[in-house]
Amino acid sequence: MADQKTLAEPGTAEAPYRRMRRRMDGRLVGGVAHALADQLKLDPIVIRLAFVLLSAVDGVGAVAYAVLWMVTPREEHEGPPPSRDWSQLAAFVAIGVALFAFGWISGASQGGIGMIPFAIGGIGALILWQQADPDRRREWIAGGTKSIRKNRARTLIGIVLVVAGGVGFLIAQDELQDATPGLLFTVVVVVGLVVIVAPWLAGLWKELQLERRERIRQEERAEMAAMVHDSVLHTLTLIQRVAHDPREVARLARSQERELRNWLYQPKQDADATLAAAVRRIAAEEEDAHGVQIEVVCVGDIDIDAEGKLAALLKASRQAMVNAAKYSESQSISVYAEVEGEEVTVFVKDRGKGFDLDEVPLDRMGIRESIIGRMERHGGSARVRTEPGEGTEVMLTMKVAKRD
Amino acid sequence: MIKVLIVDDHRLFRSGVRAELGDSIQVIGEAEDVDSAVRAIAEMEPDVVLLDVHMPGGGGQEVLRRVLGSGGQVRFLALSVSDAAEDVIGVIRGGARGYVTKNISGKELTDAIRRVSEGDAVFSPRLAGFVLDAFASSEAPPIDPELDSLTQREREVLRLIARGYAYKEIAKELFISVKTVETHVSSVLRKLQLSNRHELSRWATARRLV
Repeated sequence: MADQKTLAEPGTAEAPYRRMRRRMDGRLVGGVAHALADQLKLDPIVIRLAFVLLSAVDGVGAVAYAVLWMVTPREEHEGPPPSRDWSQLAAFVAIGVALFAFGWISGASQGGIGMIPFAIGGIGALILWQQADPDRRREWIAGGTKSIRKNRARTLIGIVLVVAGGVGFLIAQDELQDATPGLLFTVVVVVGLVVIVAPWLAGLWKELQLERRERIRQEERAEMAAMVHDSVLHTLTLIQRVAHDPREVARLARSQERELRNWLYQPKQDADATLAAAVRRIAAEEEDAHGVQIEVVCVGDIDIDAEGKLAALLKASRQAMVNAAKYSESQSISVYAEVEGEEVTVFVKDRGKGFDLDEVPLDRMGIRESIIGRMERHGGSARVRTEPGEGTEVMLTMKVAKRD
Repeated sequence: MIKVLIVDDHRLFRSGVRAELGDSIQVIGEAEDVDSAVRAIAEMEPDVVLLDVHMPGGGGQEVLRRVLGSGGQVRFLALSVSDAAEDVIGVIRGGARGYVTKNISGKELTDAIRRVSEGDAVFSPRLAGFVLDAFASSEAPPIDPELDSLTQREREVLRLIARGYAYKEIAKELFISVKTVETHVSSVLRKLQLSNRHELSRWATARRLV
């Protein structure tokens, strides 16, 4: 079985040596470059460019191609021969012609030997590029494109200036006529290169985008994991340690629930910026401090004012919550904050034991000073409704100038 | 005896609810996703379905669509841990007759189920707050005044619910009967389900916080 597999797939790593074969699919001329590329594990484009480059130097490349074509056997191919990529072939021909013309005009190809080091150097660079770690290559490309993208206008102006300067220099030297064909062919070579490399660059670009998206997703996941680890797991550990104290367990579970809810459902708010956020924060703090459930409902919202009216309202609300949590013996407290036009109202209600308002001693600062007095000093009002056994509700009202 | 079907994808939660419900309620079955819920409702014909909002296969809204869309008469009470406005408004507009959060006590839940089975609506303080908020943000004039705005009395009832009052306390506060309170709440529910004013959906989208 194993042998059969090896025979069927001669290209796999198990085969120690494999004869070079010209394949029908993917060939441009005779399939030599493709075969060579397969053998050397390079990109066929590199080999093709090398052949074109060498051909411009006294036709060395063309001769080499012909020799290789003769000695390399063709791979069996079934079915109709696949069509060639004519656009790529055209691009290579253009480059070849341009290089040849360039060499002929500049006299480099007549010099022959002098150009060979350059040709070999070019091929070497291409092979190096090809062999480089894909990640590193991507970094090179990304670095280049990034800086170009960032300074697109500057790059464009620079190119225009260089071209204009070069042309101006040649005109001044009366050499524009002579240099024109050379310049033209240079342009052809550049365009040809762009045509060849474009699809590859596009693929690379797409890959980069994909990678970026994946990175964002991973960051989100990491944030989630950090959140779960820092709060949820931590709280679960704490709950196990205080399992004997149901009150503490409930408090921990409740505060964790609140934290998760805020994280999931509430917009990231600055608790010092708006009324609703501030009421929620105060309720959360008192809930933690006293271990009583506080349900908050907010309708409408308003920015905290500068005059301190709402700050006073918030302080009074906190005091009302503290009173309810400490003295009412109620299992839960309802807080309702409403902004309607210019009027801001906060209700704090419990279903606890209530009390007789007239019997509250004068020195009890909680209600008289911290709630009623504070509200009246800032131009608001406070009303306390309570009866023994009927629970308590504190209603705080404050008028504020409507902005926006 | 009220026949109840519990639809929730968490087995632990289903058994928790089963244990907490009072004697006046008989749990006739459980379902854990949209398909099994739709099947179970058709087979068992419960009086009330306790419906989880988030479930595999489309969630509570999908169950509502498939059951009520084909002319089912069963009543739904939505039960969820979610505080997101679009979830709450979504299931109510989908046809649920009430919305309570999962941290509700067993006694309150029993009460809510009884109320829904009698055809009344059940509003938690939070839902009342959402509705007030949604109907308050009316910059544009209502298209259908009957459906698109709340009466003064309905607003008062909703505010008291949001303040944490029970129906009985509301009745006492407004000098009306509990039955009248229930009528007002049902009327708000109807408006919430039928009104197609833009603010409702726009508000829910603006509050889309997840």
